Amino acid sequence: MVNLISRLCGKLDPLSIYDYREKGGFKSLEKVLFKMKPIDVIDEIKKSNLKGRGGAAFPTGLKWQFVSMEESDEKYVICNADEGEPGTFKDKILLDGCPFQIIEGMLIAGYAVGAKKGFIYIRGEYPKSKELLIEAVDILKKEGYLGDNILSSDFSFDIEIRSGAGAYVCGEETALIESIEGEPGRSRFKPPYPPNKGLWGKPTLVNNVETLANIPVILEIGAENYKKYGTESSSGTKLISVSGSVVNKGVYEVEFGITLREIIYDICGGLIEDRKLKFLQIGGSSGVCIPADMLDLRLDFDEFRKHDIGLGSGAILVVDENTCVVDFIKVTSEFFEHESCGKCTPCREGNYHIVRILKRIAEGKGSKRDLDLLKNISDVMQQCSLCGLGQAAPTALITTMKYFKEEYEEHLKGYCRAGKCTFKGGVLDE
Amino acid sequence: MSKVKVFIDNREVIVDEGTTILEAAKKVNINIPTLCYHPDQKIKGICRICIVEVEGQKNFSASCCTPVRDGMRIRTNTKKVREARKNIMQFILVRHDGDCLTCVRNGNCELQKLSEELNIKEIKYDRIVENLPIDESNPSIVRNPNKCIKCGRCIEVCHDVQGVGAIDAINRSDDLKILPGLYEKISDVACVYCGQCINVCPVGAIYEKEDIERVWDVLEDKSKHVVVQIAPAVRVSLGEMFGFKPGSIVTGKIVAFLKAIGFDKVFDTNFTADLTIIEEGSELLHRIKNGGKLPMLTSCSPGWIRYIEFFYPELLGHVSTCKSPQQMFGALTKTYYAQKFGIDPKDIVVVSIMPCTAKKAEAVREEMNSSGYQDVDIVLTTRELGKMIKESRIQLEDLEEVEFDRPFGIATGAGAIFGATGGVMEAALRTVYEKVTGKELEKIEFTALRGIDEYKEAAVEMDNMKVKVAVVNGLKNAKIILDMIKEGRADYHFIEVMCCPGGCIGGGGQPIPSTNEIKKKRIEAIYNVDISYAIRKSHLNPVVNKLYEEFLKEPLGHKSHQLLHTHYINRKN
Repeated sequence: MVNLISRLCGKLDPLSIYDYREKGGFKSLEKVLFKMKPIDVIDEIKKSNLKGRGGAAFPTGLKWQFVSMEESDEKYVICNADEGEPGTFKDKILLDGCPFQIIEGMLIAGYAVGAKKGFIYIRGEYPKSKELLIEAVDILKKEGYLGDNILSSDFSFDIEIRSGAGAYVCGEETALIESIEGEPGRSRFKPPYPPNKGLWGKPTLVNNVETLANIPVILEIGAENYKKYGTESSSGTKLISVSGSVVNKGVYEVEFGITLREIIYDICGGLIEDRKLKFLQIGGSSGVCIPADMLDLRLDFDEFRKHDIGLGSGAILVVDENTCVVDFIKVTSEFFEHESCGKCTPCREGNYHIVRILKRIAEGKGSKRDLDLLKNISDVMQQCSLCGLGQAAPTALITTMKYFKEEYEEHLKGYCRAGKCTFKGGVLDE
Repeated sequence: MSKVKVFIDNREVIVDEGTTILEAAKKVNINIPTLCYHPDQKIKGICRICIVEVEGQKNFSASCCTPVRDGMRIRTNTKKVREARKNIMQFILVRHDGDCLTCVRNGNCELQKLSEELNIKEIKYDRIVENLPIDESNPSIVRNPNKCIKCGRCIEVCHDVQGVGAIDAINRSDDLKILPGLYEKISDVACVYCGQCINVCPVGAIYEKEDIERVWDVLEDKSKHVVVQIAPAVRVSLGEMFGFKPGSIVTGKIVAFLKAIGFDKVFDTNFTADLTIIEEGSELLHRIKNGGKLPMLTSCSPGWIRYIEFFYPELLGHVSTCKSPQQMFGALTKTYYAQKFGIDPKDIVVVSIMPCTAKKAEAVREEMNSSGYQDVDIVLTTRELGKMIKESRIQLEDLEEVEFDRPFGIATGAGAIFGATGGVMEAALRTVYEKVTGKELEKIEFTALRGIDEYKEAAVEMDNMKVKVAVVNGLKNAKIILDMIKEGRADYHFIEVMCCPGGCIGGGGQPIPSTNEIKKKRIEAIYNVDISYAIRKSHLNPVVNKLYEEFLKEPLGHKSHQLLHTHYINRKN
């Protein structure tokens, strides 16, 4: 474990600007405003090799560059705080622990890309965090860190706090933008990407909370020092949210390069009641399920990619042998059926059919044909859906059908090894 | 703009940067299937039927919304692509009430056609039958949500083209439905009944309320004298339903058909269009001379009237009090015509054939009974006329052309052009100019007012007066001009508003498809009809003049007020 991004969390009064400055807060902003040109800031971020922490791992510096290169009278910076991925709660730690650090990151981003206006889109289920942010913004306005001519410089920047009504899809950047615009949260097709045409059609930078929290740190210690953390392909640290059948659940900041085994057994103290690990789901409900024999994988974007795994939001769900794969995927699929925005055909209809088929299998009424259908549906969703939600929704299904095929097949024969599914003649478990 | 080179199914295509894969493919005659795509609408990218494989890319791309990149290699016809399309199609089909044989769009359904083209032979997924209630709450439009495939075209036309917003996508995921907001029925919301949603619906989810059987019934009722009027836009579009090229004029064949099935008289709405010009022109001059409310707005288009009644009732004083030609026709048929030919008006049934769904609602407006009876009894759309022709099994192409009956079959070219945007204004100017100046108008074609453009204007010198006019079509453009009036920026005397894009030729009751390309052809045809008339100015219509002589006496006179003018309702609440 390390304390780089989260070093101030829990160490100060989150709304005390005095505390924050005492611990080095706003030093990076001052440095940027008075000693660096926007292009230098972008170069520094590019040099740091920081990749987006929201899930897609897009190089942050490059994204900034795209926005900065756009010619427009108006540009926006959006902080994506719609942390909706199940099992993910790391942004909340940062938002509650040190809101000024995230806002400082936004200010620097705004300066670098040429935006004067920022939005923090925070999920409706974080009412306390939202209140805190509203207060933090008010304080910063009073102290001259937000508004016109920040710290008497030429740079002006303002922030508004917005939130939706709790739709998962609003974590997807274009749906989030629609939501800020007052429309129902439904994704747009890309391109155009937000850096070219985003909020109200203007160039828009959308960064995750954790990504923005990295910014003041990188500028404070310098890209070279920052790169000392982590691996060559994945510099820095990652906040991971560990939940499930593990002794020490929680959010941990770890350096890239750590193995999953170290995370589960060294940091989190292994499984509860010494249960046997069945699989880990990485990156939330839209993430892959990898079996226990892949525990030596290192937390690293490139290494993960080799195995077709996305790190996603950095959630790790630990699942033990008492869990039935079919039941687990059924619940996961029900989540996506509930959360699909309904705009594109594959996602709107695919989730529905997946849930129906999995229910059938869990009730012992499934057939070999149903497994083929699941494969068909998940392929079509993954390859043809309009946005990331539909493309990623069947990931857990696809990977469990790959790694736990025999368990699905057992269900066709009326056997559930975890004893979860009740079969023909019994009381059905809905 | 720079060019990019791409390879589609191994064929080299060079296109402008920013061209979509779909458009690029069209250039080399590669026909990628689409469903939510509509040539006159924004790209939606939601049905995903048009997906293609792009080399080096894990996922498929929707070709309608993906711009080509230089060197891109695209494959539109691999097994994987075909299978994916079939799966997507099946997702749609399991939720679609596939009762094609009794569907209003049987034989003219994009989904049916696509299903055949994609060679759908089985449906692997569970059918989902919801049996949602069919909305027949109003006189014009029926919605069958069980047929809806959620392509979003109707929403776009309702919001972005008409600016009405009567329907929207509600809920999410598989619960997503297109509904009148949070209400159940269309009649619960501010719908103007323009029917533009019908024209863009790929399936039979929205259609006009059918009144064909009522017409067959009255035609067999020997106690009834059944007359029919045909609107200007019907004759230039009906042929499309029978394989004629868009823009074909089938006036004489329609008259022949209507006579063949037993109508007692076949009349022309162009006649009352001429009459409208006399009344409306006189009203305009009266307003100009007496300091009345200006600009004056036209009142022929019932969808437009409902729009201003719902959204700008404070401006209703600007609307001409003239009834539409359809309603003038009904009122005169049950008074003047009845008296002249000694027919008891209670036995007269007036049928209209209109390019319009809003006309159905206009006919049943409470105040439209100045003859003592409902002025117009039954309104059919162009499409319904087409269906009657098919049902009768009479072959349209075989019919010899027949002339309209007298007296209401006599019209001028000015009445004919009422069917296209700008036509009412042009017809009015032809008459008003001569009335004001007493001189003959040499150049009667006001080309600046013609064509499908959304906003047109002109200024005409008449003696020492400069008459400034504007023409808009599509309600979103009507809104622009209404806002201008509200802010005192509309420096016009007279403004023509037609509810539907392109005017009545693009009405909600017209043959489907009704794309801009087809509408342009229909407009061309309308002006060809104009040229075919010997008389092209409404005030020279001999029957109109006789009508004033024998019955109405004078424009804006007592009889006119009673029969040809109306009032409006504030529908804002």
